[in-house]
Amino acid sequence: MSKRQLWIALVLVFGTSPVQAETIQVTIDKLVFSPATVEAKVGDTIKWVNKDVFAHTATVKGGWEVMIPPKATASLTLQKAEAVDYFCRFHPNMKGHLAVTAP
Amino acid sequence: MFTRHIAALATVLLMGTAPLAQAADKPTDPQIAHIAYTAGTIDIEAAKLAIKTSKTKEVVDFAKDMERDHEAVNKQALDLVKKLKVTPEDNATSQALSAAAKEERAKLAKLEGAAFDKAYVENEVAYHKQVNGALETLLIPSASNAELKSLLETGLKIFQGHEQHAEHVAGMLK
Ligand SMILES: [Cu+2]
Repeated sequence: MSKRQLWIALVLVFGTSPVQAETIQVTIDKLVFSPATVEAKVGDTIKWVNKDVFAHTATVKGGWEVMIPPKATASLTLQKAEAVDYFCRFHPNMKGHLAVTAP
Repeated sequence: MFTRHIAALATVLLMGTAPLAQAADKPTDPQIAHIAYTAGTIDIEAAKLAIKTSKTKEVVDFAKDMERDHEAVNKQALDLVKKLKVTPEDNATSQALSAAAKEERAKLAKLEGAAFDKAYVENEVAYHKQVNGALETLLIPSASNAELKSLLETGLKIFQGHEQHAEHVAGMLK
């Protein structure tokens, strides 16, 4: 294998995932998602940390839903590039936005 | 005194955001704690009736959400008054709330099926709206202890959320 071919092979092996998937934390305190807006990449994980004694959800209308029990955390690994508004089904006045881009 | 409280409450309940009364009519912290706790208990009792009576999944689920949240708020309220060494004090506003709720429950208890669902959910919208008005215009501004005020503010957000949730359920029943 020539030097050049080796280099290409390395790029193929490592180059396709140049960034590590991240875990992004969204805190829920007193019925507020913060940060309210999150930018992420496909493959990243959103971790909601619920400090309230109330159960909440992160729900996308016509899409996914994550249940977030009181004083607990819940996670979602992002599967596709999409920009979505989400809300809490129990308290629809709680709103968040998620912008997911291709990795 | 009694009538003045009733009048103040009626104003809050009817007008929602009407600017309220003189400083002399401001409830004290022990009274505010009692009013807030009573307001939660009323919604828990209505929820229990709905869980028992309704056959509609959306309505029963909603009622369970109400029961769970208001029990959580009331537990926080009890923990707080204990910590602050405040004894909640019964008062005319609490009594007026309880009397109105008793009447509403008696009305609901005579209904079943779709008529019950509709009446329960519509009352939930109206009731949360009323309590929101009372919290915003009377209880939160009157609270002097910072922790009590903060708990009431969280309570307001919960009630506002429930109001929207109830409106959503009402829309589904149509
Ligand atoms: Cu919520």
